[in-house]
Amino acid sequence: MSRTTLDLWVGIFVALGFAALIFLAVKVGSYSDMPRSSTYSVMAEFDNIGGLKVRAPVKSAGVLVGRVGSIKLDQKKYRAAVRLDISGDYAFPADTTASILTSGLLGEQYIGLDAGGDVEVLKKGDSLMFTQSAVVLEKLIGQFMFNKAAETPPPPPAPAR
Amino acid sequence: MSAMAAGLRKLGAMAIDGVWRFGFAARFFLALFRYSGQSFLRLPLTIREIYFSGVLSLLIILVSGLFVGLVLGLQGYDILQRFGSSDALGIMVALSLLRELGPVVAALLFASRAGSAVTAEIGLMKTTEQLQAMDMMAVNPLARVVAPRFWGGVISMPLLAALFSAMGIFGGWLIGVVAIGVDDGAFWSQMKAAVSFRYDVLNGVIKSFVFGVAVSWIAVFEGYDCQPTAEGVSRAITRTVVYSALAILALDFVLTSFMFRGL
Repeated sequence: MSRTTLDLWVGIFVALGFAALIFLAVKVGSYSDMPRSSTYSVMAEFDNIGGLKVRAPVKSAGVLVGRVGSIKLDQKKYRAAVRLDISGDYAFPADTTASILTSGLLGEQYIGLDAGGDVEVLKKGDSLMFTQSAVVLEKLIGQFMFNKAAETPPPPPAPAR
Repeated sequence: MSAMAAGLRKLGAMAIDGVWRFGFAARFFLALFRYSGQSFLRLPLTIREIYFSGVLSLLIILVSGLFVGLVLGLQGYDILQRFGSSDALGIMVALSLLRELGPVVAALLFASRAGSAVTAEIGLMKTTEQLQAMDMMAVNPLARVVAPRFWGGVISMPLLAALFSAMGIFGGWLIGVVAIGVDDGAFWSQMKAAVSFRYDVLNGVIKSFVFGVAVSWIAVFEGYDCQPTAEGVSRAITRTVVYSALAILALDFVLTSFMFRGL
């Protein structure tokens, strides 16, 4: 094989390889990670965060507006302190409610923000006043069974063993 | 008693020999970098090796990638439809290819297709005393023969792994969307939402680069270090494939435990 044909094949190979990389980058992957510089962080405290993870999405009306920055346990109040990194493009009223929701039945947990009616907006370092904890399935079932037991008359005492 | 002593002596000799070879391999690796500059001055040598290890491996990589993607599409659909989430097929195919199967299977194929050829070539050059002849003519065989083959492999490997992953995703799409009838939009949009460029694609490229270095290093070293006989060359080729496979799988575990620890 002469030199020029060989170079041509290598050129085709390298071009194909880079085309595959670009395909993986553009069509398959996404750059949803927002740059750190253009975010502001606000704190939110929850009684129970369920299965929330760091880097979980923060959504408002279903639109991705930020990510969970860190999760810590507040040692004084024994509540979960969650830092939300919200994109600088979005401003929220000061009385916004944060609730931990689940996407789908088995999906990941995320934080939903419901805007309030305050004139002032959230600034860097503010805390959210209203939060709603994650729904823990065991507690829900326990509550349901407790209510059910209260409705029906007590069953006859079990025979002694 | 003496049989046991002989066995112990043999075991010790094998251990010492292993450590000696490993030390020599490390020194060889450093020397390779020292003479790489000289070999880059004659770039056509490296381009020729990219042709032999990269372009000629293209067919097996593309066909294997397609079949792995087809299998992933079938298996993934079978499992996901039990949970009523067959729309997530794209995520499953893309993540398993980008994170694991693409780099690992492409590297295993590369080791058996290109690594063994490199070992055989260098080993035969040593057996027929071509390397010594070069030394006599003041041509450094490390710069003239070994370094171009090493860099050819290192450059080819990430490109081959990317092509493998892309072909696999195409295969998964073919089974999932065209044959079974998963929604086309859900397939791509869910994949795009779940696959992050930095976390998944780039880590896969880093993995394949590391595998490329490991496989090429093992291949050129085994060829350079082989016994200069017909049997020695064949043993060196076997060692290249075995050690490459072990190195790829062990390095994969180490890299994965660094990259994907679930935070």
